[in-house]
Amino acid sequence: MALYRDQAIVLRTQKLGEADRIITLFTRDHGRLRAVAKGVRRTKSRFGARLEPTSYVDLQLYTGKTFDIVTQAESIENFGDSLSNDYQNWTIASAILEAAERFTAQEHEPALQQYLLVVGALKALAHNTYDSSLILDAYLLRSLSVAGYAPSLTNCSRCDKPGPHKYFSLVGGGSVCVDCKPSAAATPLVETLQLMSDLQTGDWEGAIQSELRNRREASGLIAAYLQWHLERGLRSLPLVERI
Amino acid sequence: MYEGAIQDLIDELGRLPGIGPKSAQRIAFHIIQSERVDVARLVDVLRTVKERVKFCTVCGNITEEELCKICRDPRRDNTMICVVEESKDVLAIEKTREFRGKYHVLGGAISPIDGIGPENLRIRELMVRLAATEIQEIIIATDPNLEGEATATYLARLIKPLEIKISRLASGLPVGGDLEYADEVTLGRAFEGRRTLEG
Ligand SMILES: [Zn+2]
Repeated sequence: MALYRDQAIVLRTQKLGEADRIITLFTRDHGRLRAVAKGVRRTKSRFGARLEPTSYVDLQLYTGKTFDIVTQAESIENFGDSLSNDYQNWTIASAILEAAERFTAQEHEPALQQYLLVVGALKALAHNTYDSSLILDAYLLRSLSVAGYAPSLTNCSRCDKPGPHKYFSLVGGGSVCVDCKPSAAATPLVETLQLMSDLQTGDWEGAIQSELRNRREASGLIAAYLQWHLERGLRSLPLVERI
Repeated sequence: MYEGAIQDLIDELGRLPGIGPKSAQRIAFHIIQSERVDVARLVDVLRTVKERVKFCTVCGNITEEELCKICRDPRRDNTMICVVEESKDVLAIEKTREFRGKYHVLGGAISPIDGIGPENLRIRELMVRLAATEIQEIIIATDPNLEGEATATYLARLIKPLEIKISRLASGLPVGGDLEYADEVTLGRAFEGRRTLEG
């Protein structure tokens, strides 16, 4: 059996048999994979609370036939306590985990950039660094970008004519000029597009100055854009509490 | 992949909680090799349980009557409700003989990633109970994992304006374990929930 070590965020857990769990992990070096944690549901398990969704852990695993097996788990940082003690943050963390699972289509395929985005988003959420809803939208936009679906937010996505433009099209890939716009296109406020651009590029100083109506409009556009690019929408997204 | 009926059986068994593909296959072959009369008995109890067993209209616990045994019992304390995820948790708490109030079974925990929100659980029914009866204390006994915690957080926020005493079951060190094996979350909780020793 081949032993290996990696760092990971726990995305999801499922019960298996009497006392085991299948743990879906997003690992730093081995991408997304599923591993079995034996005996983890027993109250005397040595894994304790270390293998719960949002856990940020240092793991030792060995390669199994169907699933790898977790042999050791050490906590790197505990996000779970602060996330589960704030219901809004919990719903947002759930959406981040589900999106991360969907953005990593293939198991065992390293996806370091996506991994770092998840770690960063959960950390910001657990430490209340920024408004929770903004953290989610920034995460979604940036992981869409890493996945190669970055919406254009200034120039026309079709002809590259410099913007900002009045129209935003899901099918058209974001901002579109009046000549390129398909028949159905949204007309977001220019400040909303600015906010989305700030979130996409990580300009938090700009983003936190945005107004509530722009944040709401941006959230709606980002959710619709995400839904368009993932074959089916995220189950957790309608359950996310927005303020 | 097998053909026809056997694969159907494996698929159905594989849908059961905690049964992986291998176990499903093992159970399916066990059934095939069993005596006809044994299988008939299994089919019978499955049908009967589905026909007879329902959920208590007050607390959501399983019962064969309109009200479960605990809700029917006049000696139980009507001023306390213990909120649990599943009927099997009621059984576990009853075994301790520590609690003499009534229960409310949610039917699971809030789990956005599985598409389960507050609307999918018996939370509305709980709020109706709290508004209509003489409840003075709520004990939240959802599972001591993050989904259970998040569900408790949600309930606490919802119940707080009603000015009912609300508590969460203590979580801490498992009896019989070694301190050094406890993870930091469990150990942290054990510190929070420490009790005074009467020496
Ligand atoms: Zn009842």
